[in-house]
Amino acid sequence: MNPPEVSMNHRAIADDNKIADASAKEKGEAAAADGQKAAPTLIGGPPPGAATLEARDACAWFGENLVLEGVNLTMVAGEVTALIGPSGCGKSTFLRLLNRMHELVPGAAMAGDILLDGDDIYGADMRAQTIRTRIGMVFQKPNPFPAMSVRQNVLAGLKLTKIRCSDQDALVERSLQRASLWREVRERLDSPGGALSGGQQQRLCIARSLAVAPNVLLMDEPCSALDPSSTRRIEETIIELRNEVTVVIVTHNMQQAQRVSDKCAFFLAAENQPGQLVEQGPTTRIFSSPEDPRTADYVGGKFG
Amino acid sequence: MTKLDLLVIAASAVSSISLCWLVFAVLTDGVGWLLFWVVAYFVFLAIYFVASYDRVGWLGAVDRVVTVAVSSAMVIVLIPLVWLVSYIIIKGLPALRPSFFVHDQRGVTPTMPATAGGGLHAIVGTIEQVGLALLWSLPLGAATAFFLNESRSRLRRPVRIFVDAMSGMPSIVSGLFIYATLIIPLAKTNDLFSFNGFMASLALSMTMMPTICRAIEVVLRLVPNGLREAGLALGASRAKVVLSVVLPTASTGVATAAILGIAREAGETAPLLFTAFGYNLMNANPFHGPQESLPLFIYRFVRTQSTADIQRGYAGALVLLMLILSLFIVARIIGRDRSVANKRPIRLRLPRRSSAPETTEPKLISSTSGRSGAVTAAGGS
Repeated sequence: MNPPEVSMNHRAIADDNKIADASAKEKGEAAAADGQKAAPTLIGGPPPGAATLEARDACAWFGENLVLEGVNLTMVAGEVTALIGPSGCGKSTFLRLLNRMHELVPGAAMAGDILLDGDDIYGADMRAQTIRTRIGMVFQKPNPFPAMSVRQNVLAGLKLTKIRCSDQDALVERSLQRASLWREVRERLDSPGGALSGGQQQRLCIARSLAVAPNVLLMDEPCSALDPSSTRRIEETIIELRNEVTVVIVTHNMQQAQRVSDKCAFFLAAENQPGQLVEQGPTTRIFSSPEDPRTADYVGGKFG
Repeated sequence: MTKLDLLVIAASAVSSISLCWLVFAVLTDGVGWLLFWVVAYFVFLAIYFVASYDRVGWLGAVDRVVTVAVSSAMVIVLIPLVWLVSYIIIKGLPALRPSFFVHDQRGVTPTMPATAGGGLHAIVGTIEQVGLALLWSLPLGAATAFFLNESRSRLRRPVRIFVDAMSGMPSIVSGLFIYATLIIPLAKTNDLFSFNGFMASLALSMTMMPTICRAIEVVLRLVPNGLREAGLALGASRAKVVLSVVLPTASTGVATAAILGIAREAGETAPLLFTAFGYNLMNANPFHGPQESLPLFIYRFVRTQSTADIQRGYAGALVLLMLILSLFIVARIIGRDRSVANKRPIRLRLPRRSSAPETTEPKLISSTSGRSGAVTAAGGS
């Protein structure tokens, strides 16, 4: 991988975007807030820090239908891994394998191991609920809880699980700041979450996921329903989250994968064949010199 | 609609009635008044079609005739409803005095005027019986609805069939069931199981539960699956997601379902016949002794020979109507809240046709130019 070039990408985003000023200001406020208040501590939440996810020979079925075959992929702690590939190649299914959302689909089955810092999340003594608190998820369509206010939405993870927090106000503020939403909603924390715009709703969902301090954040095409400026703000958020949390993002947008990710994994399914991991590696290499001709065709825009 | 459109409709109606009058009253021996109006209606549609075809061509004429047919169908459906409500108001209002809401039938004889006495005992009975029925059937109905919609049990299908079958059960059967299984065997030994409001509430809840269950299930189905997934992805258990995410989201819909269930049950008479039994005086204790309710009040008084008693019955019917109407209004107000039950699909509405081509067109047109007029009219719509 080529770190200087990646950071150049990041800077390029910051340079040509006015919103970057806003988020810089926001960070100043965050620092000021940190000076005043102690960082909120969560009791009963996930262990601190980013975690490494590793898929070993992962397969997935829907009924009798094998949709994903033999995926071996390591998502390193604190890095952003992008899953790319055409529709129907199993990226989203793979993502949902990673936090045991796959098993919620009736008739779904899986094989292989998914290791979170070395522990098999499908192990007999692992509870799906514990796994899902450690591995958060942001969905394609923004889905804030409509019956809850902005504040309640951010704190929903606490309400729904056994996690407790010493200072909920500070947690709301910090989570919204990390999702670059604080400045826009701090005056209306008690208005319903559904009253925000689409981009704001999606950032609210990110804040909601971050509030329980997960080790990994999965994002299933988080920007596909959003306009370019909202997309940009979410990409900035992802970049800021690096090192704090492992991010796995499914995207159809090649430029987005290049902008935000450190590693890239290309999935492909031939007709009537299960999806497979074709190639993985540092993002810059996948896009500049892919080894597999199919990857070259896809990232070069020849199909998909 | 322009003035010209209305004029054409009116002219078509007048000519159709005249034509029918000519045929049925002058040239033939005539038919009954009902057949006269039915024939006149279809003749009107035909005349209107021809008149419109002349003005706006084939497409426009079909459009107009269908519009008129659909609107008149709406009016026809509305007639019985308006008739019924106004009939009850006209018959019941003269006997309805404020004293109706404070007195029972103590000391009232059939020869006394209809304004003597009142129906407080019936109102209290209805409220208590339906309230108790709601107390039994809302938790059970809601629990069944959650089972049907949120669980992954294999028993969902049989349970759903059972609920559907129960909601079609004749209400007198539920009254008979309570009478046969509880009142006949147990009334002699235990006063709680003799004729009283409690038994009535059990009979009512048997028809109320499937209604509420199905209404709540519809509301739950409208809660987007994404919200459940979002809750589960935060690490919540399924039960917690139902309680903290699904239920609050659907709460206004659940409230609406409950109120509509009440409104429906408040008018039930059959389940009360063998259970509440009816009583002319105030009995505020639903667990002891026969109790009156509004439907029973109406049922007994309207069947008597005394004019004053019949009027009392109509006054009771008017009160019942107002009670149910106010419950529906409350349901609408609650349902209007930002509830998922209130999200309707976007209504398709065709833009109104501009009247320009019709007014600019010459009055006499050949069939070809008539069709071109239709094309312009269709293009404008």
